[in-house]
Formats: sequence, structure tokens, C-alpha cells
Amino acid sequence: MTEDEQDIQKTPRTLAELVALAEALIFVADEPVTTKLLAEVLDEERDSVKAAIEELVREYESRESGLQIREIAGGWQLATRTELHEDVRKFLKTRPSAKLSLASLETLAVIAYKQPVTVPEILEIRGVQSASAIRTLLDKRLIVAKGRKETVGRPMQYGTSKDFLVQFGLRDLTELPSIEDFEDLVS
Amino acid sequence: MNEQPDQFTFDFHQSTAQIVGTSDDLKIKIGDFAGPLDLLLFLIRQEQANIFDIPIASITQKYLDYIRLMKRLDIAVAADFLVMAATLIEIKSRMLLPRDPFVGEEEEIEDPRQELVDRLLEYEQFKSAAGMLYERSTIEQAIFKRGPIESDDNNAEIDASVFDLLTVFQKIVARHVDEIKMEIHREEVSLADMLRTLKSRLSVTGEINMLTFFGEMHSKRELVTAFIAVLEIVRSEGVKLIQGTTFGDIILRKVS
Repeated sequence: MTEDEQDIQKTPRTLAELVALAEALIFVADEPVTTKLLAEVLDEERDSVKAAIEELVREYESRESGLQIREIAGGWQLATRTELHEDVRKFLKTRPSAKLSLASLETLAVIAYKQPVTVPEILEIRGVQSASAIRTLLDKRLIVAKGRKETVGRPMQYGTSKDFLVQFGLRDLTELPSIEDFEDLVS
Repeated sequence: MNEQPDQFTFDFHQSTAQIVGTSDDLKIKIGDFAGPLDLLLFLIRQEQANIFDIPIASITQKYLDYIRLMKRLDIAVAADFLVMAATLIEIKSRMLLPRDPFVGEEEEIEDPRQELVDRLLEYEQFKSAAGMLYERSTIEQAIFKRGPIESDDNNAEIDASVFDLLTVFQKIVARHVDEIKMEIHREEVSLADMLRTLKSRLSVTGEINMLTFFGEMHSKRELVTAFIAVLEIVRSEGVKLIQGTTFGDIILRKVS
């Protein structure tokens, strides 16, 4: 038994094997799985795992699969293709969930770009009280408390959560277009 | 397939506010402005005015008209809208003031509108960013992940913070309040029952101390029933009420 195991350990996996393993693990993971975690579990170099995932992504794309391997919230995820949403929804008998209100979206935008940010700072930018919007965002776990600011009154600071990345399809915060890019629209 | 409830038809771009009609017209539609800055931007755009050179007098007028319309329709005007109204009026009056003659020609006097313009520009950036987020979430909702498999449920306890605990605790407390509100059914004791009790006790012990007997009662209602039962038994049966000393205990005794 132990000899067999050692044998398997010694024989390096082929790319095809790694691709298959990565696919299997991404499939069973219930949330985006990182390259680092895959490398640890498979006891492989991170680079080879990364190469395998890239190959996997290419495979799905080349055969125009109904599924896609996408990078999200710092990890990899298996999901259906956007174009298929109507039929998928018909099958699942679901509807798009309720959208955030205008006020909540604005508040979220301010928090996403200015984090960590306090309630008074959000008020300054939006020109309107945002307490209920903040509560909604906290309930939906899109934002989290990020400690207190060491100023008068020690106000609570807020930032975006991992759920925010997942729900808005972001790899990480740097994927957000820079706030200055929106300046061009103002004219 | 196309029939969807209202809440799902919210469209970020279409829902940008609009004001239609006056109070004389029954068809009044007031857009949902996200705040005073949002309203102000809308008015500036409606006037097709340059944001860097806001015609402050007419915009202020329009802004105040809108607030009056809201009030006439009995819509609670948020304090933030009133703060903006005050700011606009202040800027308007500052612009009407003549230039301070003691300030030298070469010295720059800041445009009273500058701070407001800066705020509007910054706000507009975040408004656009909110639109971007809206689009991203729409796209994201068109993507489906596989449903949870068995092991997923087993991991549920890992992902709980102090706030989750607090939320659960609050729910429990709330449920508890409901329980307390539950109606408690009191035991109804009839006069017949009370008489039966009295008679059987009397036949066993021969006499009953009234003070202890009444002391056994749990409610006013029981007490009253017990009192009537005693009066009844004294009237109809071979029993007597005896008081040994003045202000002493009253004893119900069987006499043969």
C-alpha cells in the first residue's frame, strides 16, 4: 500500500490529469476556489495548477460549452454562460432577485471606492442620510464593519465584503474601473 | 415569461427621476431622487445648463418649486433636501452681493458656486459608479452556479460571526416576547364545585378555619365563589359559623 502510494507520488501528473483534477475540484467546491488551495490539495506547484486551469478555461471556450470556468473573488468557479440565462431560469423557475435600490447602489459605490469609509463621509458625498441603505447592505452581507476610525466619536468604518466581489462578478477590488474614469461622463 | 412583478422591473437608467405634471393635473409622477444632489443634477440637466456655470437663480427657483410640490402632495421632505435649499439660497444671495471694494483687483475671489460644483461633480462620479455596479449585478444574475451538494450544509457553522449570533439572539428574544403575549387560561371554578369541596372537607374534618380556606384560593374569582359557597352552605345545611373571640378566626363547623 505504502509503496503504491509512493509510486503515485513520484510519477508526475500529466497536464491532462491535472486539468481533469482541477475541473473536478472546481466543480465540487461550493465557492470560488483559489489556485493556492488547489495547489496545496493536489500537492503540485502553483504554476502547473495555474497552467492546468488556463487549459481548462480554453477547453470550455473552444467547444462552446454551456458552462464556463471563471475567475471571481480571487478564485475559480464553474458556472453557466450568461447567454443561456433565459432557459436556465425557465428550468429553475426562478426570477432575478430583487435589485438594490438607487440609494443602496449609490451607497455601495461610495463604500467600494472610498473604503474604509465612515457614515459621515458617505453623507458628505451623497448629500443624504444613508443609514437605511447601510443597514440593507449589511443585511445582504455586501459590506462589513472594518473597525472604528480614531477621530472624534470613533465612527464605525465600512468596507466591501467577499460576497460583494461574488455578487458583482469581480476578481478583486482592482478590477473596479477607477473612479476617475467616470469623470469623462460628466460633461 | 415576460410577466414579472414590479420590483423586478426596476431599471437603473429608466428609474432616474423625472417630474411630470402639477398638482392641478391628476397624473403626477415624481421620480425617486436618491438625494438633493441627484435632484439638483436632474434640474441642471433639464435646463441644459453648464454644470461649471450653474444659473443659480433659476435652478434655485426650480428646486424650491419641487420641494413645494412634494409638500403639497404630503410627501415628507427629508431634512437633507431642506439643507440643500438653504445652501442654494445662500449661494444665490452671496452672488447678488457687490464685490468687496477693499479687495484688490488681482486677488481671486472664489466663486460662491465652486464648492457646490465640486460636490456635484464628485457625486456624479459615484452615481455613474452605481450604474456600473447595477450593470455588473445584472450580468451576474444571468450566471448560475451549481446547486449545493450534500457536504455544503455541513459547513454552515463555520461561517458565522458575532453579528450573526447577535441577530439570532435578537430573533430569539423577539420570539420570547410573542410567547409572553400568549393568553393564559385561568381555571374556572363553579359554585357547585366549590360547594362539593366544602361539603367533603367538612364531612372529613368536621370544621374548617375560614381564614385558611380563603387563603387557599388563587384568584379573586375563586375567592368570591368560595365566599358565596360558604354563605350558601350556612343557609342550607346543618352548619354554623362560629367566632370564638371578637376579631378571632371564623370557623365553619358541622352541627348535628
